[in-house]
Amino acid sequence: MADISRRAVIKATGAVGAAMLPVGLAINEAPAQEHRHTAATEDNVPAPPPAGSQAQPTPYLFFNAEEAAFIEAAVARLIPADDKWGGAREAGVPNYIDKQLNGAWGAGERLYRSGPWQAGTPSQGYQLPFTPAELLRTALAAINAELKDKTPFANMSASEQDAYLHSLEAGGKDLGGIPSNVFFNDLWEATVEGFFSDPVYGGNRDMLAWRMIGFPGAYASYYDLVDQHGIAVARAPTSLAEDVHGHVHMDAAIPANLP
Amino acid sequence: MAERLKPVNVVTVGVGMTGGIMGKELAAAGLKVVGLERGPMRDTVPDFQSPAAHDELRFAIRKALMQDNVKEAVTCRNSSDQTALPMRRWQGFLPGTGLGGALVHWNGQTYRFQPADFTYKTHLEQRYGKSFVDPELTIQDWGVSYEELEPHYDRFEYLCGTSGKAGNLNGKIQPGGNPHEGFRSREYPTRPMKEPYYGALFRKGAESLGYHPFPQPASTLSQPYTNPEGLKLQQCVFCGFCERFACEHFAKASPQTIVLPAALKNPNYELRTGCQVLRVNLDSTGKNATGVTYVDAAGREFEQPADLVLITAYALNNVRMLLNSRIGKPYDPSTGEGVVGRNYAYQTVSGATVFYDDTVNINPFMASGSSGTVIDEFSVDNFDHGPHKFIGGAYVGAIMTNGRPIEFHPTPPGTPAWGLGWKQAVAQHYNHSVVLTVHGSSHPTRRNYLDLDPTYKDAWGLPLLRVTFDFPDNDIRMSKFVTDKAAEIGRAMGGKIVAAAPRTRPWTTTVYQTTHNTGGAVMGSDPKTSVVNRYLQCWDVPNVFVVGASAYPHNSSYNPTDTLGALSYWALDAIKSKYLKSPGPLVQA
Repeated sequence: MADISRRAVIKATGAVGAAMLPVGLAINEAPAQEHRHTAATEDNVPAPPPAGSQAQPTPYLFFNAEEAAFIEAAVARLIPADDKWGGAREAGVPNYIDKQLNGAWGAGERLYRSGPWQAGTPSQGYQLPFTPAELLRTALAAINAELKDKTPFANMSASEQDAYLHSLEAGGKDLGGIPSNVFFNDLWEATVEGFFSDPVYGGNRDMLAWRMIGFPGAYASYYDLVDQHGIAVARAPTSLAEDVHGHVHMDAAIPANLP
Repeated sequence: MAERLKPVNVVTVGVGMTGGIMGKELAAAGLKVVGLERGPMRDTVPDFQSPAAHDELRFAIRKALMQDNVKEAVTCRNSSDQTALPMRRWQGFLPGTGLGGALVHWNGQTYRFQPADFTYKTHLEQRYGKSFVDPELTIQDWGVSYEELEPHYDRFEYLCGTSGKAGNLNGKIQPGGNPHEGFRSREYPTRPMKEPYYGALFRKGAESLGYHPFPQPASTLSQPYTNPEGLKLQQCVFCGFCERFACEHFAKASPQTIVLPAALKNPNYELRTGCQVLRVNLDSTGKNATGVTYVDAAGREFEQPADLVLITAYALNNVRMLLNSRIGKPYDPSTGEGVVGRNYAYQTVSGATVFYDDTVNINPFMASGSSGTVIDEFSVDNFDHGPHKFIGGAYVGAIMTNGRPIEFHPTPPGTPAWGLGWKQAVAQHYNHSVVLTVHGSSHPTRRNYLDLDPTYKDAWGLPLLRVTFDFPDNDIRMSKFVTDKAAEIGRAMGGKIVAAAPRTRPWTTTVYQTTHNTGGAVMGSDPKTSVVNRYLQCWDVPNVFVVGASAYPHNSSYNPTDTLGALSYWALDAIKSKYLKSPGPLVQA
């Protein structure tokens, strides 16, 4: 949400004061400075710079510093940047996960939480008492304790990080009562959600993931296009936040290239 | 202590499609009707409007329109020797809640069952002999015929404005329609929807193999339509936010668009939302219902006396209501006796994904919930099962409903589960893949059933429903056979890679398959093997009718809604023309 409103402000005023930006965000790192471009012309545009020291710090509401360091490093391996497209970290996935865990979802929204508690078969699904926020906090505490006198996850090489994530995925470890594969699965699902969900939730920054695959977002109508079989949809995606008038109808007059 | 309210003639437990239709009709017949809906009031305007309507995370992933698991879940297990545990989140299936029920967030797929479905046992014995069907399967005739239901199918489809092309008009096969369907007395109310690219590719591939593809019957409308209630529906715009979403455009047949406005303007009809019915109350004989007890949204308990109680909730909740109200004898799988919870069935769904190269833009996001193209050659008993060791079948089609990327990002076999390889495969295949659906029948067995969980309770302190289910061998064999056929079609469609995945055991609650739960309060002509008679009237308590897919003795190859609409009107006709004149059993046991 911050990104979108910031962009709107920039568009409206043509300038922005540093005081309006989140803590630690320099003007020249704001997504508004990136080119907005269409899927059709994507190949011709330089990729956004990979993350790393340049990545904008996120004001976290839920994560402590240790947790944030793990999450930022882990999602960068789960969906890495490449020379064409940023990855989960560039898309703001840590910010998405932080906001989800700090809100109703993290607190156990839509989760039946009456006992008794017992491990079931794989067919029976999640059977632990932890809310998503409790689960992540408990598992990360166990991970950070395990690595206390070793190399912290965030400081490992990429291949070491991958190996560590594979070991979690395999499920051999107990993370404070949480099988590591359960934690890994939660982290993976949250990463995919944050990568592909509407930017109003704080991930999919600048609709990076939608531009990568060619998903147009929240357009309301394809009636005039659906029987133009195989057309290339040459238009930038639209977020819920941009739909200020209630409807965004795809304009059939906008050039679409027949194959 | 419950406050006792003024008696009314009729109460419906749930105000979705069946409760909406029956409530509207009985109020119009002059009865005082109260509709009790546990979920919230909601309507197309202002509740279903853009931009919030198009939020994949909120509706498809977090399941905002579904029953709140915090209050009410279902316990599941694969067999009686396991301990059932709650589905703590909805994953495998998604019971809805709120005014309009599941017809708010359905896709609109509107198939009739086959004539053979209604005389299933008799039909199969006549065609294949008495020893052909696996004795594990507890199939039976429904007690009603296709011929009897046809006018009611017609009535429901005209209420919805369903878009399609008839394949059999009064016995004459029509080009472009489904040549395998039962007869229709007239054409669909509206023309078929536009065919998206995935449907056209499927059509070409299926035709090249000699099949007869046809447009999927859709209650997401191809054109504006005014239904017999005088309600206006609009043309579907293929927004790609249908299943799990409410329609903002008045283009999907939902109780709010097809019937509820007509009910609500009748002073005989009163809607109460936020009202959780705890039980149907019986008098001291146990053979007569006196009304229902419910708790409102503020926690206050009420007794609503009524002459006639219609249990019109979701199939699973209908069965739970009967069990918690002690209506009918619970089924016991160890003896095979009892009826409530018996003949639970699901739907055997599988698929195949067809991967093209990047010159073929599928644009999966240009979709309606029920657009697309299907074949019916392998459904029900439309082919000779003699050479095969199974009964039943599946329709096959390209009926993609969306390109919403949190859930839809197909990758070919061999793709890493995460990391750079996964990301690049997603980017490569997202817009160049077609998913084929194999939508198969589900047969009841003696060991699959519903009962009350002995341990887990809902927020009102009542036992949750327990589902004991795994796919029978018969249905696993069927799934393999038809999924292989789908893969052949996929190859004929020109796919570079075709990845087929037949249904396998065990049934898991963790992967969404379908919400087509059926049975548990089945209809029939013998009180020893059915809960309700052919008019959906309880054998044991004749002033209770149970209207839902809970009445299906088995589940067919098709989506269940059209048949439920037909059965609703069928039961309604019996109530109006027979029951109200002489309340009591409509069929003598």
